Amino acid sequence: MTATRLAGDLAIQAAFDRARDEDRAALIVYLTAGYPDVATSKACFAAAVRAGADVLEVGIPFSDPMMDGPVIQAANQHVIESGLTVARQLDLVASLHHLDVPKLVMTYVTIADTRGYPRFADECAEAGLAGVILPDLPAPEADPWLREARRRGLATVFLASSVSTDERLAAIGRASTGWVYATGLMGVTGVNAVAGDVTERLVARVREHTELPVAVGIGVRDRRSAAEVARYADGVIVGSSIVRAAGEGDPAGAPERVGELVRELRAGVADR
Amino acid sequence: MSTTDAPDTPPADVREGYFGQFGGSYVPEALSGALTQLIDAWAEAENDPAFTEHLDRLRRHYGGRPTPLYHAERLSEAAGVELWLKREDLAHTGSHKLNNVVGQALLTQRMGKGRVIAETGAGQHGVATATAAALFGLDCTVYMGAEDVRRQRLNVVRMQLLGTEVVPVDSGTRTLKDAINEAMRDWVTNVDDTHYLIGSAMGPHPFPTIVRQLQRIISTEATAQFEEQAGGRPDAVVACVGGGSNAIGSFADWIDVEGVRLIGVEAAGEGVGSGRSAATITEGREAVLHGSRSVVLVDEDGQVKPAHSVSAGLDYPGVGPEHAWLAATGRASYVSATDTEALDGFRRTCELEGIIPALEPAHAVGWVLRHGRELLGEGARVVLTMSGRGDKDVDEVVEVANWDVGVAKAFGEDRDPGPGVRDGSDASGSDASGSGHGAGEPGA
Repeated sequence: MTATRLAGDLAIQAAFDRARDEDRAALIVYLTAGYPDVATSKACFAAAVRAGADVLEVGIPFSDPMMDGPVIQAANQHVIESGLTVARQLDLVASLHHLDVPKLVMTYVTIADTRGYPRFADECAEAGLAGVILPDLPAPEADPWLREARRRGLATVFLASSVSTDERLAAIGRASTGWVYATGLMGVTGVNAVAGDVTERLVARVREHTELPVAVGIGVRDRRSAAEVARYADGVIVGSSIVRAAGEGDPAGAPERVGELVRELRAGVADR
Repeated sequence: MSTTDAPDTPPADVREGYFGQFGGSYVPEALSGALTQLIDAWAEAENDPAFTEHLDRLRRHYGGRPTPLYHAERLSEAAGVELWLKREDLAHTGSHKLNNVVGQALLTQRMGKGRVIAETGAGQHGVATATAAALFGLDCTVYMGAEDVRRQRLNVVRMQLLGTEVVPVDSGTRTLKDAINEAMRDWVTNVDDTHYLIGSAMGPHPFPTIVRQLQRIISTEATAQFEEQAGGRPDAVVACVGGGSNAIGSFADWIDVEGVRLIGVEAAGEGVGSGRSAATITEGREAVLHGSRSVVLVDEDGQVKPAHSVSAGLDYPGVGPEHAWLAATGRASYVSATDTEALDGFRRTCELEGIIPALEPAHAVGWVLRHGRELLGEGARVVLTMSGRGDKDVDEVVEVANWDVGVAKAFGEDRDPGPGVRDGSDASGSDASGSGHGAGEPGA
C-alpha cells in the first residue's frame, strides 16, 4: 500500500468503520447501471441506499461477461441492446452524487482497456466513483491500470479465490485498496449458494496478507446467507438477487422490491 | 492486403505468456491455480520423452499421421500458382483438431483430471475432443452456439455418438464466442476436476503456446514433404484463420525461415466494411477477449461486435494473440475471403480435385484462386493447409449457395418428387416426372 492513502480508499474505509462500530458487517449492493431503464435504475440505487446499503457496486455491462451467471448476463445484454453507452452509464453514476455512500464501478477489463486506462480513470473519478473492480484483471497484469487509478485517487479491489496460492494472496493484498473481495464459491455469479467452510478459510488466509477489510461475494442471496457470511467477514456483497428484484415484474415497483430485499440483507449483516 | 517478405526475425517473447504486447492472462482469480498447474504440466511433459513418444505413437497409429502433402494440379492450373495441399482433412476425425486434442488429453491425464470441456464452432474441435474423451475414458461436455448446432448438425450427432454431452448455448450471438464464455463459466465452477481443452490458439497463457506447439506438426511434416517432393522451400504458406490454430501450426516451422511468405486468410463474410464480417485482424483493434490481449472486433465502448461468416469455424470476433503479433511485426500477412469467394473455393476444390473441403479452408482456396497469381506471382509455389473435410458443410453449402446439384431429384423433395416416391394422389404425375431431368443436372 502507498504511504498516502487514496481518497477512494479512505471513503471506503470509513464505510467499513461505521459498520464495524455498529457491530455488523458492511453491506455492499451491486446493481447493473441502466437496468431495466435509466430512471428505474437511478431509483433502485437510491432505494438500496435508503434501505441500508453501505457501499454501491455499479455494474457497467460488457457483452461477454464470463464471470457472470444468467441473471446478470441478461441484465448486461438488456442494457447494451437498449443502446445505453458507457459514457451515459457514467453520467448515470454521476447523477447519484447525492447518495452519500462510496460507489465503485464493476466491469470487465475490456471496457476499461478499450477506452484506455488513463481516460477510464479520469471518467470514473469525474463521475464521483471511489473505486473500480475488474474481475478479469488479476494482480500480476494490473500495474498499468494501478498507475492510473492511483493518479486519480481511485481504489482498486482485487478478487481472491480459494485456489489462490499464498504468493498470489500476498500480491492481491499488496495491490488492493478499499477491500479484498473473497469469492465465496467456485463459480459465476448468482448460481450456487456460498460454501461456508471454504469461504471462511479463505477469509482467514486473506487476513494474513492484508489489513484491509475482507468482503465476501458470489453466493450470498438472502438474509440467512448474509448473516452466515457476516459472522466472519467485514463485508457482504450481494448482486444477482438484487438485479433479479430490479428486473422482474413492473419497473414501477422495482425500487420498492430492491429496498425490501436490501432491508432484509441489512438485518442479516447485523445478525452475526 | 500486401504480402510482404520476411523481415528480420521477430524478437523472442518479452514476457512469459506474451507475444510482443499481445497475450497474457486476463482471467478471474479462480482460474489462477488451474493455469499455473497447466503451465507446470506442459513444461514437464514437453521435456518428458515418454510423453513425446506416446503422443507420436497416437498420432501415427490412431490419428493417421503424417497426412499427405498433395500437389493439386488442376486447382494449380485454375489459380495460376503451384498449389500443394497439406491434407489435414485426411486425419482422423476429419481435421487438424486432433493434433492438439490428443496432446491436451494426455496432459489432462497427467494432471489427474477426469473431465474435459470444450467449445466448438464448426464442431470439428468438439468432435476431436469427444473422440479423445472416448479414447481416454474422460467425461466430456462440449459447448456449442445454438446457431452452430443448427448449421453443423452432423457433428453434433457425431459428438453424441462418442458419448459427449453437447450443450447448445443460447446467449449472445449463439455462436463460437458465446460457447467460449459458457465453457469458461463451467471451468470457473468445476476447475478442480476439469480441464478446459481449448481448441484454438487463443485464450489465456499458456493455451496459445500449447496449441501452437501441438499444431506445429503440420509445418514440421510439410517442411520435409515439400523438400522431398518439390525440392527447396515454398514461396508462400497459406492457411485460414478463425482463432488461428491450423494457421499457427502451418506457420510455426516457417516463421524463422527467410523468404517464405506466411498468409492467413480471414473470413470476410459479406465483405470487409459490411458490418457482417469475421475478418478480425483486417477490421479489429487491440482489446482483451477470452483471457488474452489480441485484436478483436469491438466497438468504441469495448463491446464485442457480432462476427459473421458462412463458416461456423471462422465465425469468431477474436484471434489468437500470436497472430496479432505476427501481423504487427509484418512477419505474416492477413487477408480475407468473403462468403462468396469461399463458396467458390469450395466448389472448385470439389470439382477440380475430388476433395470436398471444409468451408474454413475453402476460404484459403478462394483467396488463392482470386488473388494468388497477382499477389504471389505466376507459378509461385504455395503450400495451403486443407484443415478439414467438408462433409459437415454439404447441407449448409447447398442451402446458402442455392446450388442445384440434384438434391431434389435424389430425395424426391419440392417440385421434383420423382416417380414412385409418392403414391395415391399422383394419378396424373406427369408434370412432376417431366420436370425432373433438367433440375437434376449438376450446375457449372
